[in-house]
Amino acid sequence: MSKGPFACRVTPSRSGQPQDHGDFSHQAEITMVYPLTATEKLYQIQIRDPEARHNFSFKPGQFVMLEVPGIGEAPFSISSAPSRHGDIELCIRAAGTMTTFLSRLERGVMVGISGPFGTSFPVEDMLGDDILLLAGGLGVVPLRAPIMSVLENRSRYGRVDIMYGARCPSELLFGYQHAMWRQFDIDLQVIVDKGEEGWPGPVGLITDLLRRRLEEGDRHRLATQTNAIVCGPPVMFKFVCAMLLEAGLPMEKIFVSLERRMHCGRGKCCRCNIGSTYTCLDGPVFNYWSVLNLQEAI
Amino acid sequence: MIFKIFAARELAHLFELLAVNRLVGPVKKGQNAQGKDLYDFETLYHFEDLQLDYDQTMHAAKKYFLPHREETGSFTLQGLEWQKEVDYGGHHPLVLFGLHACDINALNKLDKVLLAEPYPNQFYGAKRAEMFIIGHSCQPTPACFCRSMGTDSVLHGCDLFLTPLGDDYFVEIMSSRAFHILENLNLREPDHEDHKRFQEAGQARQGLFTTEVETSDLSKILDMEFDSPVWSEWGRRCLSCGTCAQVCPTCYCYGVEEVVAMNMARAAKIRQLYSCNLLDFAEVAGGHNFRPKSSTRLKYRYYHKHRGFVEAFEEALCVGCGRCGTNCLADITVPEVIASIRRGEVEDV
Repeated sequence: MSKGPFACRVTPSRSGQPQDHGDFSHQAEITMVYPLTATEKLYQIQIRDPEARHNFSFKPGQFVMLEVPGIGEAPFSISSAPSRHGDIELCIRAAGTMTTFLSRLERGVMVGISGPFGTSFPVEDMLGDDILLLAGGLGVVPLRAPIMSVLENRSRYGRVDIMYGARCPSELLFGYQHAMWRQFDIDLQVIVDKGEEGWPGPVGLITDLLRRRLEEGDRHRLATQTNAIVCGPPVMFKFVCAMLLEAGLPMEKIFVSLERRMHCGRGKCCRCNIGSTYTCLDGPVFNYWSVLNLQEAI
Repeated sequence: MIFKIFAARELAHLFELLAVNRLVGPVKKGQNAQGKDLYDFETLYHFEDLQLDYDQTMHAAKKYFLPHREETGSFTLQGLEWQKEVDYGGHHPLVLFGLHACDINALNKLDKVLLAEPYPNQFYGAKRAEMFIIGHSCQPTPACFCRSMGTDSVLHGCDLFLTPLGDDYFVEIMSSRAFHILENLNLREPDHEDHKRFQEAGQARQGLFTTEVETSDLSKILDMEFDSPVWSEWGRRCLSCGTCAQVCPTCYCYGVEEVVAMNMARAAKIRQLYSCNLLDFAEVAGGHNFRPKSSTRLKYRYYHKHRGFVEAFEEALCVGCGRCGTNCLADITVPEVIASIRRGEVEDV
């Protein structure tokens, strides 16, 4: 029996509008802006809704997508301690259109935060172990969250070293916190490529600091009870990771945080794709074994 | 699977039955310089416009599920405050009439990545949920290598699949929606003779393939030949124009840009399809470009499709439709690039 044409109107195979999966961001207020250097500022950003703020939970090394309506959306590593939930801090260099716009904002402006996205530095797996944190330039930004995490549980870790290299003393970030980090029994060493007048510290490369640390370190402890967390410019990864491997650190205890262009943060835009992985989903934190198996990763 | 037979003249009836929905299918768009007919997917208003004997459309039907430009959110701005609205769309059913196996398999591949949790692309998902797809068998062109990619036939991904057998259509019914719509036609059960005709048509089609791509161990070979000089040669020829991605049924990379209304009261996020061959694809703020050379970008396209995607989903992100090669301004084709990687040299053209 014929059913007439109206019966042939195609009905959806699944019903209703799909559920929200992150296409909406949390409204968040810039509550404080601290200039750190000529180009970097630290932004304190608070998710407005108290419940969402409390439920916002991240791990050190993860990132958020920060949205400024009408201007753009971009990924930024969270620089604050995970214990502070949706009261986050982002350290941002004015480098592109959106970040330059951000640098002109003052407190009180509403932005959008979605996330947290990506993998993290497994600091809870490192309890009882030594940790080497190696930061080059802006690479200190993603490392500040694991540093804060370790500080909060300092007694539960072994020896903790931070080696931080920058181009010149005026580009050093979080200088106001360095003394505090040291108070927590952290061996912080800072080195610059080019000294400036009055710079009391060493001049050279981060590899100089690392070489000394690895030479004086107990070889057995390096091979069995030491983790490395590395973030910096691409060239730094190559040299630093080679030295760590040489010193006997297993590949699965060397963690790097990679930077890539991202437009979604959700494994869809493909811009951060390296081989079979998305930096936003499978990274930004990778262990060295994963990196070794990804062509052109570092 | 359920098989039926209906007379070829019944096709117009099927078209009319479905015409309460928006219908999209292959139409003749003009001719190229050699006098060859050119086809593309467009909205159909008359049954006569539907050209089911088309060899291949210039573009995949991508604009109907991954539009070139799409609004993914709009903002109402007021002082320091704003509100965001998101409409996933897909409110209107869409009938895709006459997709070839390659284009249906392309949708199956896109589903795997775009509908994947934890962040499915809801804009794509909403359109997919409203789609009714009628597949149609095809005759391979000299550019087609779908058989090498295992995408020359369809087992799922459409509602029904039509194979012309003389004055009849052999129908494979793949959804209950299709089953009920087809109840309005004069159908009959296929008999042994029909099965034989179907098999003969399939065999005749197999004999028409002229292009092959050797895919065995391809992912491993790509890894081995990552530093092959062959890539620089292809990079030298590549114009980095992105045409291949535009016509590709499986390319889904995109960028997001924001537009603001003149009165500054509204803003919108626009998702625009992109191409990994374009210069700034992997450039980050501050100016560092992870793939500054055209050879590294071209290579990346092959690695994503034939290595990375294979590792993630155990199949290549290529359906062998050959559109990228047909439309390439520098005559770079997938079969030739992959053969050159195996050979270790690029043959002069």
